[in-house]
Amino acid sequence: MAKTKGKSGPLARRPDNSAFKQQRLPAWSPMLTANTVLPFFYLMALICLLLGVWLLLTVQSTQEMKLDYTEAGACSKCFEKRKNVSNAAQACSCTVVFSTEKAFKGDVFFYYGLRNFHQNLRRYMKSKDDGQMLGRRMNLKNPTSYCEPYARDPNGLPIAPCGAVANSIFNDSFILKYHGAGVAARRVPLLRTGITWYTDKNIKFRNPSTENQTLAEAFEGTTKPPYWRSPVYELDVRDPLNNGFINEDLIVWMREAAFPNFKKLYGVLDRAEEPFTSGLPAGSYSIDISYNFPVQYFRGRKEVVLTTLTWFGGQNHFLPIAYLITSGLIFLLAVVLTVVWWKFGKDGKNMEA
Amino acid sequence: MGSVVSCFRRLCVEEKKKEEERLLRANDRQFNLSYHYVNNAIRTSKYNIFTFLPLNLFEQFRRLANAYFLFLFFLQLIPQVSSLSWYTTAVPLVLVLSITAVKDATDDINRHKSDNQVNNRKVEVLIDGELRKEKWMNVQVGDIIRLENNQFVTADLLLLSSSEPLNLVYVETAELDGETNLKVKQALTVTGEMGDNIDELAAFDGEVRCEPPNNRLDKFKGTLTLKEQTYALDNDKVLLRGCTLRNTEWCFGLVIFGGPDTKLMQNSGKTTFKRTSIDHLMNVLVLCIFGFLAFMCSVMAIGNAIWEAREGSVFLAFLPYEAGVNATLSSFLSFWSYIIVLNTVVPISLYVSVEIIRLGNSFFIDWDRKMYYPKNDTPAQARTTTLNEELGQIKYIFSDKTGTLTQNIMTFNKCSINGQAYGDLYDFSGQRVEITEKTQKVDFSRNPLADPKFVFHDHSLQETMKEGNPEAEAFFRLLALCHTVMSEEKKEGELYYQAQSPDEGALVTAARNFGFVFRSRTPETITVMEMGRQVVYELVAVLDFNNVRKRMSVIVRSPQGKITLFCKGADTIIYERLHPSCDKLKKVTTGHLNEYAGDGLRTLVLAYKNLDEGYLEEWRQRHHEASTAMEGREERLDQLYEEIEKDMVLLGASAVEDKLQDGVPQTIEQLAKADIKIWVLTGDKQETAENIGYSCNMLREEMKDIFIVAANTAEGVKEELQNARRKMCPEGAEEPVVMRSRAGLFWLKKTETVQDEKVDGEYGLVINGHSLAFGLEKDLELELLRTACMCQTVICCRVTPLQKAQVVELVKKYKQAITLAIGDGANDVSMIKAAHIGVGISGQEGMQAVLSSDFSFAQFRYLQRLLLVHGRWSYLRMCKFLCYFFYKNFTFTFVHFWYAFFCGFSAQTVYDEWFITLYNLVYTSLPVLGLSIFDQDVNDRWSFQYPQLYSPGQQNMYFSKRAFVRCMMHSCYSSLILFFIPWAAMHDTVRDDGKDIADYQSFALLAQTCLLIVVNMQLCLDTHYWTAINQFFVWGSLAAYFAITFTMYSNGMFLIFTSAFPFIGTARNSLNQPNVWLTIFLTTLLCILPVVAFRFIFIQLRPTINDKVRHKVGKEALPAPAPRRPARRISTRRSGYAFSHSQGYGDLVTSRKFLLKRPLKRQVLFTQTDSPLAQNKPQHYRTIREEVEESQSL
Repeated sequence: MAKTKGKSGPLARRPDNSAFKQQRLPAWSPMLTANTVLPFFYLMALICLLLGVWLLLTVQSTQEMKLDYTEAGACSKCFEKRKNVSNAAQACSCTVVFSTEKAFKGDVFFYYGLRNFHQNLRRYMKSKDDGQMLGRRMNLKNPTSYCEPYARDPNGLPIAPCGAVANSIFNDSFILKYHGAGVAARRVPLLRTGITWYTDKNIKFRNPSTENQTLAEAFEGTTKPPYWRSPVYELDVRDPLNNGFINEDLIVWMREAAFPNFKKLYGVLDRAEEPFTSGLPAGSYSIDISYNFPVQYFRGRKEVVLTTLTWFGGQNHFLPIAYLITSGLIFLLAVVLTVVWWKFGKDGKNMEA
Repeated sequence: MGSVVSCFRRLCVEEKKKEEERLLRANDRQFNLSYHYVNNAIRTSKYNIFTFLPLNLFEQFRRLANAYFLFLFFLQLIPQVSSLSWYTTAVPLVLVLSITAVKDATDDINRHKSDNQVNNRKVEVLIDGELRKEKWMNVQVGDIIRLENNQFVTADLLLLSSSEPLNLVYVETAELDGETNLKVKQALTVTGEMGDNIDELAAFDGEVRCEPPNNRLDKFKGTLTLKEQTYALDNDKVLLRGCTLRNTEWCFGLVIFGGPDTKLMQNSGKTTFKRTSIDHLMNVLVLCIFGFLAFMCSVMAIGNAIWEAREGSVFLAFLPYEAGVNATLSSFLSFWSYIIVLNTVVPISLYVSVEIIRLGNSFFIDWDRKMYYPKNDTPAQARTTTLNEELGQIKYIFSDKTGTLTQNIMTFNKCSINGQAYGDLYDFSGQRVEITEKTQKVDFSRNPLADPKFVFHDHSLQETMKEGNPEAEAFFRLLALCHTVMSEEKKEGELYYQAQSPDEGALVTAARNFGFVFRSRTPETITVMEMGRQVVYELVAVLDFNNVRKRMSVIVRSPQGKITLFCKGADTIIYERLHPSCDKLKKVTTGHLNEYAGDGLRTLVLAYKNLDEGYLEEWRQRHHEASTAMEGREERLDQLYEEIEKDMVLLGASAVEDKLQDGVPQTIEQLAKADIKIWVLTGDKQETAENIGYSCNMLREEMKDIFIVAANTAEGVKEELQNARRKMCPEGAEEPVVMRSRAGLFWLKKTETVQDEKVDGEYGLVINGHSLAFGLEKDLELELLRTACMCQTVICCRVTPLQKAQVVELVKKYKQAITLAIGDGANDVSMIKAAHIGVGISGQEGMQAVLSSDFSFAQFRYLQRLLLVHGRWSYLRMCKFLCYFFYKNFTFTFVHFWYAFFCGFSAQTVYDEWFITLYNLVYTSLPVLGLSIFDQDVNDRWSFQYPQLYSPGQQNMYFSKRAFVRCMMHSCYSSLILFFIPWAAMHDTVRDDGKDIADYQSFALLAQTCLLIVVNMQLCLDTHYWTAINQFFVWGSLAAYFAITFTMYSNGMFLIFTSAFPFIGTARNSLNQPNVWLTIFLTTLLCILPVVAFRFIFIQLRPTINDKVRHKVGKEALPAPAPRRPARRISTRRSGYAFSHSQGYGDLVTSRKFLLKRPLKRQVLFTQTDSPLAQNKPQHYRTIREEVEESQSL
């Protein structure tokens, strides 16, 4: 390994006297000393405490209402109905009521939640075709094999959108009604668009290029997923621009949840009209549910969630409490460390080699 | 060793099957071709263009790790199983394979180049009666070729004739064995007579019958049949490929072995690989990890079965099984899917990284200026790059003495002539004055032939010579005549001596400077310049040195016709053979001898005897008879010598200093402080060895006792050993405590470990070769080991090379400790190869030790730097690396494990597939390399200051199975934090605009970011030495992570490679969320702070030596290096005779006369040396070399 260099002379093979080769690179050798460790621990305890308190206050300022409607009240009949597969095509709707004691201030978000629905199974997650959803003609007509068995219908027609994810789309729909004091029930306006990531709506999902065609023509030669009632280009009958692959309910559903219990955004309160300009007023509400999605197969539950948000997101108490507990633990540790250091290391006797 | 021997034996057997004997005829290609001997083309390259890919891949896939990943890759191609895209395995695998392939390819290209260059060299070949230039590769066995001065020898040749008188050629064997001095080869007279007569050479049809190709450089056996006469051939008549012709105008040779059959080629490439204990541990761990992986996957498979039964079966409406799959099969498939997902516990890049780290640390050894020896321009060299960390774990050092502890430079220091001592300086009051650099030297400029390098301080000897003192003249005449040194006088007046042993050289040089210049010799004469006057002595006989006789004599006739026998030898031997008249002088001389021995000098006693013509004639007659006798030749000669070497007249004694190398005592003291035990294994005599032991501080006056084991029977040895042991450790059990355990792969290797026993006080043990031979026998070896290991210092003297290796093996076998052997000569090779680590001193005794060593440098004192600095750092770095590497991979993998409980055991990964692909290769590779190449706990000067820092390595404290388990627990904790904190924080939350953030992709990004930040923080905690490079690597890697992530999650990547980069927008949409960063901060705190607290508490409660020293470093400035203590004088008297323990040049000096009998004599010697007990015979390994060397003296 001795390198032969162009040098000659009596010291030709003398190694270079560089800091790197002689392992003398200037370096910083930090050490765990009481002067650094103890203040650091106390500081961290303080930071965590402040963060915890701040976050807790923030979270406390939000409001949240969860309502499990799987078998609630009138919905239990639909629940029973859905047990039987043969009734799948029959419509069933029910209404649940609830009331809020305090008004929801600010933007109010309406979620539907599922429990025990595994969107995170490996085969389930893969069972979609990103190329198809991007509106590529090739993929539209030839869905990837990952979509099996929902790639083609029994006649061999390609399914659009293919795959288990799209096929299993959550198809309950909700109408939220406000029963204000003395007034007739009035529908709470929900914005059903603007509920997806910008990147999903604009980049990840695209319709096939229509070029003077209608959307239905663009999807010609494909068929709807077997569990669907209407084809992909008729998902939103009211808003023609919210159809096809860029239907926002579809996009929201396609963003698979990481865990079996999840909630997905259904709509945002439209604060254009009174009395909703400052949020949802206190009072009683009802939700008309078109109860389609069967959950009893997999022992799942369905719920709706109404919540307001802060910069920190929804009403999630975990982080504030975790910070507070961590702060306590760190403080405890810091005290232990201080005691240990005081008893053993203060005079430096333990360091005598 | 055993395996090597058996392997060698097997090789030999195979070779024998192939070719039992080689038969060839000169100038008869037809005849030779019928035997299908290979021609002279060589091929050291392994591949060609077409075979490179398949062969290299085959080689690489023979490594377990690579094969495993290939298997994984194929597993991933099965769609039902594949839980990860193919590229997650393929990319790292291809990268690792291609790095190795590129390295192999460049190596091979270089080999091709050198092969081509060598094969296309031109040489003159005698074809069809004329000389033609031919390429080397076209030379065939049986060809006669002509070589010229400074040419490389083309193939293994039988020397036929040469331009020099007596058909001699001089060769340099540097390429063969690394020795740069010239060696002499001599052709048979019968072939030599042909000279350069082309016709005669073309007509030469000798038939050579010889041994098949083998790798023994020192032996050649064969016969040449010419005109129905058979001549014996030996190594002296063979020129080996790789040598260079020197000082010889031309020579002719007959090709015996060509190309791959040559001894050079047979010798190359058959190195046995040493592996470190960490390597073994790593293999075991990897195996454990495989087991653990299988276990985890089984858990996952069972989990999947349960899940499928309870949940999956009812989820079928949304996700039906694939065709042909049912619940049972699904759990079986999930087992394999998890094998893929969790494969990261078996680190593919581990082996590659380990190699890189070792290479880096080897470079640091090569680059170290403090291990560079300017005097002969020798840097330290890590010849093996795979053993570095073991340098930090050495427990036993086995050292040679001559040339290792000592310089093997002899200087003529003192002498006693006729009862008058010279060499010491006294001041006016009669006190001895210490000789220093400044002491005035004797001026020899009056003598034009004097050696300018010779230094002597006592002017009185010069005065004595000027006065013409006859005894003094006789003294130096003897030194100038009685030796076997060869002289070389390239220019008039510039004499060079080639001495077989350095002490002879020193004596002849002394005589030269004091006016008796040995000038030249022929087999019959010796020319000496006596005080400026040329005198030619007739050399009548040389009574050579050997270990029994311990003396050598010459019988010379002066020009005046006076016949004198000059003799020099060991005091005890000569004293027995002196004339009674010398008794008085003897007494005085004995006093001087004791003084010299006390100073650790090597002494010789000189005597002479005048002979009369008649007796000599009669003696010569008998000598001739004896030396031609077929039976009992040795004995008869010995008797004759005995007869003539008696009643001699004492002249005086000489004292030669065997100089210790610089800093040897200090080094030994440092190493002893580092709790390294040093055993000296030397071929020297007991007294010499003991003296050196004292002078280099191994044996100390303050030691409680020094045991000397010198019994000649097994019982005696046992008793002496037991007595010593009982004295050292009276309460110790009679039977050694042997711990039996199993280790190694599959726990197949049984180990027996003898426990160390506590001894209070320091003891020394000196054991001689005879006793050692008994001690090494099966029934005594444990006793020997026990006793020896209780002693601080062990010195074994009169040890054969085989015994050296046996001692090393013994300690290796029963101590399970890492051993290091250091030596400089060919006799140390066996020991160097046997020990875990062999260190060669590139010094005086040629290069053989270096060539078989793992590390080499020029001075013994560099050993402390190699061990205490480089070794310690290497060990530390390797351990840190392994701990951290396992930590980061386990942490990474365990998160998948926890996630399985949420995703129905469906083998869904937590992270993005690209992250999995790049995690080991890109995101974490450089920081950990930075840590494991640059880290140092304290710098080199502190390492020297506290040699105790070395002991954690010896006790294997930093990385062991326990440390590994600790690592796993730590990663388990970290992975729990890393999974459950993000889970809890995310599962029910949304972005600040109400949109999704609990989706899989965002969670994956969060989890992987947390992981990466935590493992990098952990690395920061582990790093003790923050250079700019480390900073750059750590922050650079983090930056690279974010850069790569944003790139891969960008619109462009998605639109181009839609299916490969589905994470579009995830980074943008979730990394701008405060709660994501708050989660990252919390996980980091929870992972890191407990580690900090834990370490801090440990430092406070139970600080290790490292902590203590580091604490000191922080507090105090480095104390100035301790002043060098002056070399200590030994007050105790010890007799100190020593002489090179091997046969002299004698028979060669007079080889003309004894030429024909030499082979016979040699053979006798060889058969006897097979027994390790043959102490008094020349040692096997030495003889090999000397035989070659001997020849140069012609």
